[in-house]
Parts: sequence; C-alpha cells; structure tokens
Amino acid sequence: MADTGNDALYQARIKIYPRSVKGRFRNFKWAVLGLAYGVYFLLPWLRWERNTGPDQAVLFDIAARKFYLFDLVAHAQDLLWLVGVLLIAALLLFFVTGIAGRVFCGYFCFQTLWTDLYLLIERLVQGDRVARIRLDKSPWNANKLLRKAGTHLLWLAVAFWTGLTFTLYWDNAPDLVVKWFTGSAPFAAYATTLFLTATTYVMAGLAREQVCTYMCPYARFQSAMFDEDTRIVAYDTSRGEGRQGRHKITRELKSREQRREQGVGDCIDCGFCVQVCPTGIDIRNGLQVQCISCALCIDACDTIMDSLGWERGLIRYTSEAQAEGKKSSLLKPKTIGYGLALLLAISALVWSVSSQAPLDVAVVQVRQPLFVRLSDGHIQNSYELHLENKTDQPIDLAIMMHGLAGARLDAGKFSALTLAPQHSLRVLVRVRWRSNHNEQGSRSFFLDVIPQKRQDLGMISAPATFYLPGSAR
Amino acid sequence: MSQTKSSKPSAVQTTGHAWDGDIQEFNNPLPSWWLWAFYATVVFAVVYWVFYPAWPIASSYTKGVMNDITFLDSNGNRKTTHWNTRSALLRDLQEGKTAVLSRDYLDKVAAASYMEILGDPEMMAFTRSMAKGIFGDNCAPCHGSGGAGVIGLFPNLADDDWLWGGSVEDIQATLENGHLGFMPAFGEVFDDAQLDDIASYVLSLSGHAVDAAASERGKAIFQTNEGGCYYCHTHEATGLKSQGAANLTDQIWTIADVNGAADLEGKKERVKQVIANGVQRRMPAWSDRLSAAQIKLLTVYVHELGGGQ
Repeated sequence: MADTGNDALYQARIKIYPRSVKGRFRNFKWAVLGLAYGVYFLLPWLRWERNTGPDQAVLFDIAARKFYLFDLVAHAQDLLWLVGVLLIAALLLFFVTGIAGRVFCGYFCFQTLWTDLYLLIERLVQGDRVARIRLDKSPWNANKLLRKAGTHLLWLAVAFWTGLTFTLYWDNAPDLVVKWFTGSAPFAAYATTLFLTATTYVMAGLAREQVCTYMCPYARFQSAMFDEDTRIVAYDTSRGEGRQGRHKITRELKSREQRREQGVGDCIDCGFCVQVCPTGIDIRNGLQVQCISCALCIDACDTIMDSLGWERGLIRYTSEAQAEGKKSSLLKPKTIGYGLALLLAISALVWSVSSQAPLDVAVVQVRQPLFVRLSDGHIQNSYELHLENKTDQPIDLAIMMHGLAGARLDAGKFSALTLAPQHSLRVLVRVRWRSNHNEQGSRSFFLDVIPQKRQDLGMISAPATFYLPGSAR
Repeated sequence: MSQTKSSKPSAVQTTGHAWDGDIQEFNNPLPSWWLWAFYATVVFAVVYWVFYPAWPIASSYTKGVMNDITFLDSNGNRKTTHWNTRSALLRDLQEGKTAVLSRDYLDKVAAASYMEILGDPEMMAFTRSMAKGIFGDNCAPCHGSGGAGVIGLFPNLADDDWLWGGSVEDIQATLENGHLGFMPAFGEVFDDAQLDDIASYVLSLSGHAVDAAASERGKAIFQTNEGGCYYCHTHEATGLKSQGAANLTDQIWTIADVNGAADLEGKKERVKQVIANGVQRRMPAWSDRLSAAQIKLLTVYVHELGGGQ
C-alpha cells in the first residue's frame, strides 16, 4: 500500500563492527568464557568410576531413564529435581538482576559467550573494526574471498563442535564420536548435532545482537526487575557533559582546567565506547533496553581516561539513585524476598537429593477386575508392586503385609526376589481375605517390602486398598 | 542500531508497464529470504527424486537409487527393496533394537520350563508384560481385558476355579486344543416342580439354606440315573475335569449368576434356567494361530491371573 509507506514496520539491520578493547572487564569476560567452555566442552569426556552404570561422569541416558551426575543417579521419578534446578535458576536470575542488573546477559549468557568467540575469530581472520569495514567495502577479490570464507568455515567448525558436544552428553562420548563419523550413530544424534550447528552459526555468527534485542524474553522481563537501586552501566552525564556539553579535544580544550573554564565536560567524544559496543548503542544516551551490561564501554572509557591521565569512572557501574546523588541501598524487601526464596529452593533441592530413597516402592492396584470371588468364598485383590533399587548393590527382598487380620498374601513362586543394582522390577502379588461380617466397600492395609541382609535399609510399608464386592450386590 | 527508513510512496518503483495509458504496476519483489527458501525447496525436491520413490510412470514409478531395505517377507524370504515406509517398518519390527532385545528374551523364556519361569521374577515380569499384549489381541474379546469373563457366557480366568484344570499343563492343553463345553437341556425331561427340586439340591451343595424336603427329592434325581447329573458332575458334585463340568460345591458360578441374585428364590430361578436350557460353550483351538512360545507365555499369564494350581 502506497499510503502506509511512511510507517514501515521493518527496519533493515545496520551491521555492527564491534571494536576490540582491553581492560579489567574484558579480562573477566575472557575468564568466564574460558571456564564455561572448559566445563561445557570437556565434561562429556570426563570418566567416572561406578560399580554399576557407564563410566562417564555426566550422562543423560534417555533410553534407560537414568541421569548420571558424578556420584548421583537421578531416576525418572526424580524429575522434580529438574523443576527445583529450573526454579533455582529463575530465582537466581531474579535475585542477581534485582541487585546487579543484567549480569547474566553481559557475562554468562551463551549468546554473549558464543558471540564473543565468533567476534574473536572474525578479528583474527579479518582484522579489527576498521579493517573489517574496509574489507566489506572493497570489491570481491581473492583476499576478500579467502578471509570471508575462512571466517565462515571457522564459525561452522565451532558451531559443529558445539552441537556435537551437546549430543555427547546423551551417550558414551568416545563411542558416539566414532559412530558419528562412521555413519552408525542414531538419527537423533545427527539431527541434534546439525540443528545445534545451524542455530549456533546463525545466532552467534549472523543474528548476534538481534537475538538480544528482538528475540530474547529475558531481556524484556529483566527490565521489570530494575529499580533505582539496581546496578547499571551508566555514563556520568554531569561530569561528561558539563554545562556546555561534550567536546572533542582541541588546542583550546586540552587540559581539564581549560575545559572547566569553558564549561565543557570530561567526555572528549572519541566514540570508543560506541565502537566497542556489541549491540551498537551509545551508552551516553542513558539506560537502553538493548544494553546487555557487558561493561566493555567501561573498559573503553577507562582506557581513554588513563591515557589522558584523568580519573576513571566517566562510564561506570552505578545506580540511578547514586547517579542522582542519593544513597543506594541493596537491602530492600524485594531483594531480601528473592534471596529468601532462593535459599528456600536450594535447601529444598539439597534436602530432596540427599534424602533420595535407596529403594523405591509403589503399589498399583490391578483394577480389571478389581476383585475376584474365589471358590472358598474368599475375595482376592491383585496388586502390581513396582520396585526400584537405586543403590549400586543388589538387594534381596521379602514381601509381607499387615493391617488386614486373617488375610493371606501370595507373592508368587519365586525362590528368591533379588533386585539387581540400579534396576527395577514389577512383581504381581495377590491378597486373599474373607470378612467375617459380610462387610462391603474397601479396607486399607499395608504391603511391606523388607530388605534382607542389609542393615542400612529399613522396611518400606506401602499403603494399599482391599476392595470387597460393592453394596450393589 | 537500526533506523527507520523514510520510504515515501513515490519511492516504490513501478515495473514500467502501462495499460490504458495510465494504469501502472508497482514493483514489490518478494523478500529475498523467501525467494532463497523457495530455491532451496526446489533443490531439495530434485535431490529427493534421485534417492526416493517419486515420479509415477504409467503403472509403475521411479524407485530412487536407495536400494537398501532388507527384510523377511511373509514367506520367510530375505528381500531387498527400494526405500518405502512399509518395508522400513517391517525391517524395524524384525531387526530394530527393541525387536532384537525382546526376541532374545522370548527365546530365553521359550527354552525355560514352567517352574523356572514361575520361579524367576525377571522372567515373570517379561512374560506378564509381553503376554498382556497377546491376551489383549486374542483372548480379551471374550474373557475381558483382565480375564474376568462374562457370567453366563465366558468363564472367569482370574479366579481359582478351573473347569478344565488349572495346572500349567492343563491350561496349555486348553489353549492348544480348545474345548467344547456341553450340558444337555433338561427342560423337556423334567417338569417345573422337578427342576425346582434339583435346583434346591444344587444350591444346598454350596451351603445355601434351602427346603430340606425339596433338596432330598432333587438329590434323588441328581444322584441316580433319573437325572444322571452325577455322570459329569460326580457324586461329590465337584465336577469331572475331563468334561469341563462345573464344581457345584464352591462359591463360583460361571453360568447362573447366583451371587448376583437378591434372594434364595432368585438364585433358584437362575439355577433352574441353566438346568432347563443346558449349556453350549466353545473355546477355539489356538495351536494353529499362535506360536508355541506365545502359547507358553499365555499359559503362564493365565495361570498367574488369579490362582493357577
């Protein structure tokens, strides 16, 4: 439509060429990146000694429904722990964001980490900001082709190894790598690896800051947790602008004294802080939704201030309240609330993990038929016992019952009932009972699973219900 | 960052065509990502034609170059064919990971004796899980998914009363050969009063408080050649296993719903109906429909449903 041409909804992306910078925040970010990559890329290869199970330290065995985490084995019933971990992650995000702003975005988010690595590759192959701009503007020739192709190939290699590493967490890593390259790995392994290769390449190589600005929901709801005391990366406007605004260094405006006299601020408008920004914003325009608090502009400005011999901190971590000269307090009901909820969630998870039952018993009533009349007038109910041994030693079991006077238990004709380590079993048991008073309805009782020859395991009494022919008869 | 482009209506180019002097056509080309995605699907389709069945040719079709699906057909011959989902499914059912696993376990159970299976928790768990499916496919239509049967039509397999014997050998023989259950109709032979007497006697056998005189008259018919009931039901009325005759002394009734009747008269009426009309039941033979291993699994399953002997 011609008449709506003025309000275009689509904005073409303006390519960003972030410049490299050195400084304490940059060093910290490299350290985080090194640590995170060390854990992520090496963990599947770490071997671990177990009495039963694979020798891989961290392995998520979907087929066997067992999740190996060092000495902990999580079973399907322990899925609630995942809820706990996710809850803790969410609360930690709220807590940290409430105190220190978008720390996660700036230092720990994988989008930030992988984009950093991709920028490093780009810089090593094509050169820094100016060289890259010049290369993009130059006509296609052998040099440009080589550098561009080299960058993308290296990106793809990193993306591929990222995807493959993720896949390795779900099967025995050394085997799977061999299988992957000999074409005998499961389809899911290829699909997962190639999908993550594609997403890593697209997100970290091509989309970059657009992921943070347009796609990421966390970026948006973290803004809702900000208040005037939240730590933010901010430009000291009063110092930088003075009365007359910022100005480049000229012969008349060289020393701070000259600038003060002229009413000009400390910002020399060199643009370094804008050039290093991975999301392409100007921090001097104030708090913006695109800012991921990566603090690289602080490093950039500190570098300039150091070279001029002026004190650092023209761009620094501060809060809105501090910037306006008020006192900023971190102990606020909101942060205390987040902190308490976080502690509660962590304690609950730790308690749940440490009190994992070594022997899991569940009783499932056979409901088809619910009860059967036997030839001697007894009523029979059947139950399926789901037994799971979560230890790495075999457990001998005896099955008994209590709570239903005169009832007989038939637990099958097994000579011995042994649960192999990390193994589950379903056993059918039958209970026969005759009420002396022609009762109807149902009665509660307990099926007892008693570990033999194991002092460390106690008897487990599982509640069960015995059904009699209903009142309709 | 991005900036809004100031695109004025006049900035949109036209194709340069003009009709009727002044009708022009704006040139709004497709977005390039859309166009490239379209080209990609074209390339994908061409690659697909090479590898997979694609183009119809008269009564046949192009088969694709992937001639790699090998499976056993219904005659047991090894066949290799072009890629198709039907054969791929057959191959997975024959050689898939879980298929091989369950076949290995099935071989183990098939080689074991009944005592070994019943004494081993692992083998029992496998047998119950696998036989449940076979039972559901073949037996459940009559006997119900839990084996509870239907009173008057199909016997309850979950109780401990067995018309044809409840040992594993008996159950296996029943499954293999089937049975014809037959009791003659006495409705033409005896009058109503006599039927009443016989029913009274039958109920007295399982401890019901019936009229003693009627019961005595009924006993005379039951235990002599007048009625001849004892031929099959025996003098003790516990039933002859070889005839599939019911045990009349216990609390289980498979034809007359005695336990479902409200009072003694109702119970007697239901027993009378059975004596008058007789019983004709047929359990089909399964030896030509199920494999020996499947019958073995089913035998153990039925034995364990409620109370095998």
